[in-house]
Amino acid sequence: MAETSKRKGLGFWASFLPGFTWMTAFYFVPLGALLAYSFYTHDRRTQKDLPIFTLDSFRWIFSSPTNIQVFLRTLRIALTVTVIDVVVAFPVAYFLAFYAGRFKHMLLLLVLLPLWSSYLVRIYSWTLILNSSGVLNWLLLKLGILDHPSPDFIYNTFAITLVLCYAWLPFMILPLTSALERLPRRVLEAAADLGAGPVRTFRKVVFPLVLPGLLAGCVSVFSLSTGDYVTADLVGSGSSVVGKLIFDRFGTAANWPQSAALSLCVMLVLFIVFGILSRFGAFD
Amino acid sequence: MRRQPIQWGKWITGFITALVLVFLHIPILIVIVFSFSDSTVISFPIDHFTTKWYSRVFFEPGGEKLRAALLNSLEVATVATLTSCVLGTMSAFAVQRYRFFGRSFFRVAVAVPLLLPGVVTGIALLVYFRMIGIRQGMTAVMIGHITFCFPVVFNTIAARVARLPRSLEEAAADLGANFLQRWTRVVFPSIFSAMLSGGLLAFTLSLDEIVVTYFLASGSTTLPVAIYTGLRTGFKPDNLAIVTCIIAVSGLLILLSQWLVRERR
Repeated sequence: MAETSKRKGLGFWASFLPGFTWMTAFYFVPLGALLAYSFYTHDRRTQKDLPIFTLDSFRWIFSSPTNIQVFLRTLRIALTVTVIDVVVAFPVAYFLAFYAGRFKHMLLLLVLLPLWSSYLVRIYSWTLILNSSGVLNWLLLKLGILDHPSPDFIYNTFAITLVLCYAWLPFMILPLTSALERLPRRVLEAAADLGAGPVRTFRKVVFPLVLPGLLAGCVSVFSLSTGDYVTADLVGSGSSVVGKLIFDRFGTAANWPQSAALSLCVMLVLFIVFGILSRFGAFD
Repeated sequence: MRRQPIQWGKWITGFITALVLVFLHIPILIVIVFSFSDSTVISFPIDHFTTKWYSRVFFEPGGEKLRAALLNSLEVATVATLTSCVLGTMSAFAVQRYRFFGRSFFRVAVAVPLLLPGVVTGIALLVYFRMIGIRQGMTAVMIGHITFCFPVVFNTIAARVARLPRSLEEAAADLGANFLQRWTRVVFPSIFSAMLSGGLLAFTLSLDEIVVTYFLASGSTTLPVAIYTGLRTGFKPDNLAIVTCIIAVSGLLILLSQWLVRERR
């Protein structure tokens, strides 16, 4: 870059230091504090956390089959949500990128709008829909599919998965659309000229070229689903996912080192996933 | 004339797109409909419509808590937006205008709060504040909000600064403009819409945040957390009324920010 200067004077330090200092003091050091705190000793008798090194919190996480189950369930939900969102988002992104024409901007805005309207509302709304006296049961009774209202739509893993799919779908559609937009038309034409059918063109040409965009969407959806708390609290039951477990150790059971250790595990899992996906170009 | 073959791909993907758009918006419409419900339990279809929840939330006794929370929210969002805008603009210039050791690492590291879930940010700040002796409360909430707003503003402005030719400033300097004049006449006007758009994004993010706030607040809290603690214990139509107003306002803000960005394209 010719426009960047090599000489660092007052201008550089004055523009660099404030943001750097803030993020260091109020993000990176706190992440270090999180690491340290997960090795603190929790004194049951006084309910105080003492700065004495112990592995108790990690022992608690890995020795309890329930905790392992919760972790595995969370990862399974996050994976399911990611896969479903990819499958649903792909045709939408394809339509937006190739066929929407002059309506593209308007349709993209319609995808974006719910994302910023209110996160809480979009999730809470599903309790009004899935509840035994809610909208879905009313609809199914009207259509004659059900004889009597079913309570099985809510407060389970199915509800969490459905609502997370709904909540994060725009995060998959947007990067996929821009990846498809960058796909040169002539590449598709060349594939067709060389005799590749639609399936082969997709597998050999479209898919590899949009993979970074697809993975960028996967990173967002997977990360948001793994760390979710509000959805699990509103439409799930009990301490069913890690986010809920972290909150419960913080609130009712009040064992902060355990909360810290759990968050650290979530962070490590996500960093491993990011590391794997970045090898395929998720952060390019 | 050659007959056009039917574009199956176009019709199938178009149909799916229509279904998805309906799917994305129906839950929001349902909340708006329920905010006019006379009933205090979830029941559908709605028998009687009323606007009493709106008047209660904004004018009558019984809505004080939500009104106080709304004011807190606006205060936190304003402070977080302004601070993250100033910090974000400075950092965007530092990153785009200078080469320095760890420059690309800084860009990635700053995006980490966007990649990690709010639970991690919330707990990390909470234990850190306890270690250094900052109490839970509105100051802690503001610090947390500035931290997660910063990457959003930074990314938006950095993208604009990258496209801003340095020669403009140099030309201004050659013509004898001093630092202040260069900033107010050249740099600021060209990045203003990016600052506004990033700022609006930060404002709506802050106005909507639950998890980090939940950890860092004590006693008095922000609107989303107040609504959330109300809603998790049952159906509260007055909460839905204020939420509907928020949807309307943040929807307008987003449309505005989109329009501002498009102006410059």
